Amino acid sequence: MRNTQSTQLLFELSHPGRRAALLPKLDPEIAAASEPLPAHQTNDAPPPLPELAEGDVVRHFTNLSTLNMSVDTHFYPLGSCTMKYNPKRNERLASLPGLADVHPLQPAETIQGMLAILYELQHMLAEISGLPGVSLQPAAGAHGELAAMMVAQAYFAKKGENRPIVLTADSAHGTNPASAAMAGFQTKTVKSNADGLVDFEDLKSKLNDQVAVFMLTNPNTLGLFDHQIREITDAVHAAGGLVYADGANMNAILGISRPGDFGADMMHYNPHKTFSGPHGGGGPGAGPICVRDFLEPYLPSPTIRYDAEQDMYLLDDDRPDSIGRIRSFFGNTGVLLRAYFYIRSYGGEGLRQVSEDAVLGANYLLSKVKHILHVPHGDRCMHEFVASASKLKKEKGISAMDLAKRILDFGFHAPTVYFPLVVDEAVMVEPTETESKETLDAFAAALFRVTEESGDLIHDAPHSTRVSRPNDVAAARNPIMRWTKDK
Amino acid sequence: MYLFHTDEDRQAMLKSIGAESVDELIHSQVPENARFEGTLQLPPALSEMEMQREVERAAAQNASAASHVCFMGGGAYDHFVPATVDAIASRGEFFTSYTPYQAEVSQGNLQAMFEYETLVTQLTGLDVSNASLYDGGSAAVEAVMMALSVVKGRNKVVTSAAVHPEYRQILETYLRGLQCELVVAPYDASGTSSGIADYIDDKTACVLIQHPNFFGRLEEVQQIADATHAAGALLVQSFDPISVGRLKRPGDMGADIAVAEGQGLGNPLNFGGPYLGIMACRNELVRRLPGRIAGQTVDRRGNRCWVLTLQTREQHIRRERATSNICSNQTLLALRATIYLSLLGPEGLKETAEHCLQKTQYMQKQVASLERFSVPFAGPVFKEFVVKDHDGSVANLIESMRGDGYLAGVPLGQWYPELSDCYLIAVTERRTRDEIDSYCRSLSQLTSEGVIAGA
Repeated sequence: MRNTQSTQLLFELSHPGRRAALLPKLDPEIAAASEPLPAHQTNDAPPPLPELAEGDVVRHFTNLSTLNMSVDTHFYPLGSCTMKYNPKRNERLASLPGLADVHPLQPAETIQGMLAILYELQHMLAEISGLPGVSLQPAAGAHGELAAMMVAQAYFAKKGENRPIVLTADSAHGTNPASAAMAGFQTKTVKSNADGLVDFEDLKSKLNDQVAVFMLTNPNTLGLFDHQIREITDAVHAAGGLVYADGANMNAILGISRPGDFGADMMHYNPHKTFSGPHGGGGPGAGPICVRDFLEPYLPSPTIRYDAEQDMYLLDDDRPDSIGRIRSFFGNTGVLLRAYFYIRSYGGEGLRQVSEDAVLGANYLLSKVKHILHVPHGDRCMHEFVASASKLKKEKGISAMDLAKRILDFGFHAPTVYFPLVVDEAVMVEPTETESKETLDAFAAALFRVTEESGDLIHDAPHSTRVSRPNDVAAARNPIMRWTKDK
Repeated sequence: MYLFHTDEDRQAMLKSIGAESVDELIHSQVPENARFEGTLQLPPALSEMEMQREVERAAAQNASAASHVCFMGGGAYDHFVPATVDAIASRGEFFTSYTPYQAEVSQGNLQAMFEYETLVTQLTGLDVSNASLYDGGSAAVEAVMMALSVVKGRNKVVTSAAVHPEYRQILETYLRGLQCELVVAPYDASGTSSGIADYIDDKTACVLIQHPNFFGRLEEVQQIADATHAAGALLVQSFDPISVGRLKRPGDMGADIAVAEGQGLGNPLNFGGPYLGIMACRNELVRRLPGRIAGQTVDRRGNRCWVLTLQTREQHIRRERATSNICSNQTLLALRATIYLSLLGPEGLKETAEHCLQKTQYMQKQVASLERFSVPFAGPVFKEFVVKDHDGSVANLIESMRGDGYLAGVPLGQWYPELSDCYLIAVTERRTRDEIDSYCRSLSQLTSEGVIAGA
């Protein structure tokens, strides 16, 4: 049953003269008071937006929505993205008029409820990370990385040290080196060893008085906790550098290990992952950062401060050593509120249970998958693991991408493939704590079936989706990035 | 609470793994010297009912555009959000999906992104749009960074004091580590950037202006564009997406890159975020455009479809040589903007812009007619204007007006010490004549009764 309401574009559905939104009539006295604008400033006609009735719009987008896989509808084991269940209560609470309708430039005395929540969130994030200084301002994980690299720049500049280099692990998210570069650093890569952990010897050989920061992810992108983490952070500190922890994998260690305790000086959270904000098709997220006390003065402004004398929460931008502002207004408050609600739903012991179940689920799935695909790095993991389809590719010509595409037909979102780069034909699986044993069993069974299937069936997959294997190369060679009448 | 496993499940799973306990799993990974042995000191867990009660209490302590009549702007606006926007955007299939790495099962998001990008090109009069950035401020800064990378060998950025002060603050932060010079041209007596051409030279990589500017005033964009281009630099224009219902589009006046805060397109105020950073540019700049882009292609069956494209610019491939470190986009807010613009259509956008324009002009006249107030910047305004209180303190005035039920405006002294007796009033299509007239009556009454103390 072909539904043209979703295969057509809004612009193709447009019907001249059709209207959805009608405004109230302008009061004649208002109109009378208005003077015409100079002709060279005004347009002859408004932009050529599509013309639709409300029913067109509703049907179009409702049908479009059914073409997405989502956490509400499917298991989404996309490694490193932590696609856990998004509690519905958080949406209702974040939409309360006293939160959703607050203007960002209102005076502090009119938003004490809002500031109290955010101030408390600062404390909670500090407690979970073991790092006392908090900025809620960064708008995404990568934005937090950038802010932290700027903090490091400011810190070393104040100390009068010239340290132009940032080290990043070769298994790190690509945002790490990109963020360091944007903050004005040169980057150098530290290798992984055969176990997929930081190659300590390689790190030591690169540590010197030129290195400002070592950025690492722990647990790393293979889902492994670095067993030498303390030795690593000690070595960086001994060389006068700072350690930055990419908090993408915090979901694995809530109440189990704290970055501040294992030697990180700075970190960011991805609250949309760890504390379950809906990812919304790729955003919004947020990227609050936590830092050690001696870095706190450099954090972006404003931060929230409690003033005991006035018994009031205040936005504090009187911070002379601050790197300044990195985003307009306060930050992605809506996402931060959801993180706050999430943490309040669990409390300290509950959060540890979250991570324990995430680790249990991943190890359970690993115990099943290792009989289906080669898992190069051990038979234990934290909250995610990376398998390799390289043997399957050699023997049957089935790549990680083929596997990913075919698994879609079984009603599962695909794992992350080809990341991290340190594993050949990588298949990165993260089940999260919000999937049942039955779901994990069904996923493993589907994966097994796929590996038993014939190459042709798999190369043509997926078979059940509206489109199959879009031509990326053609899209990049001859980019079409907007609809025009003749295309 | 949101967990699935019963103790029985846990035991069965452990057995299958071949582990005694979850602790054993954890200890096999996390060395003793990196373990946290205590319990996190967090407030106790709350049931849904308890939390609702507590959060409602906190929310009730806030004034808001729901409890007060909002005349605040300065980059965040109380525009009307049609019910359809919430109804569709809250569908779990949109809400709880992720970045469309698997195009086959993300056609809903990808097509909506493609539609969003098309709508942005229609709003800006430029060739290509990305799938959104964090917010209007980040978009402005990313555009400047993009221009710096395109215009080789130049490291000077010229902007205007009439550009959103917070955008300029972000710009300062970003440029500090990069050995770039930031020059801020002052606004003139009419609150516009008419003198900015004097600051543009052959060292200038780009010029960043805002039109309508932070004071609501219209800039002579075409003239600034000509001066910018004559110096071999690029023009970045921050604009109000509602304004192009009536005003000329950035691309039609010579802007090379257009950026905007898209919050007003169907998104709530949310105390500043999440917001929607809009960015569009000319075709020749596309390989430097930061952020995600959805593009059209065909699948193996020949069906038209959509994918993320030009990804070689991005951090997951180019790493430290990427055009930007941004790896997310505000898809959900972009979707809301897409739905909003589909509902408005050209006529709806024009009418919305007309309402903003005319109501602002009406209110400006009413306020200026009050004895104690004046409008320091003469000339046309869109949606916002500066008002000067000749003998009052702005903070007191705003506080007293709040007592009458108004979020009265945004004081300017925090950014412009010379305008400490001034504040900014924004009037969207949501404001009625009755609200505007009542506001002016309150203002008049408060001042005549001496409720607002003189400075």
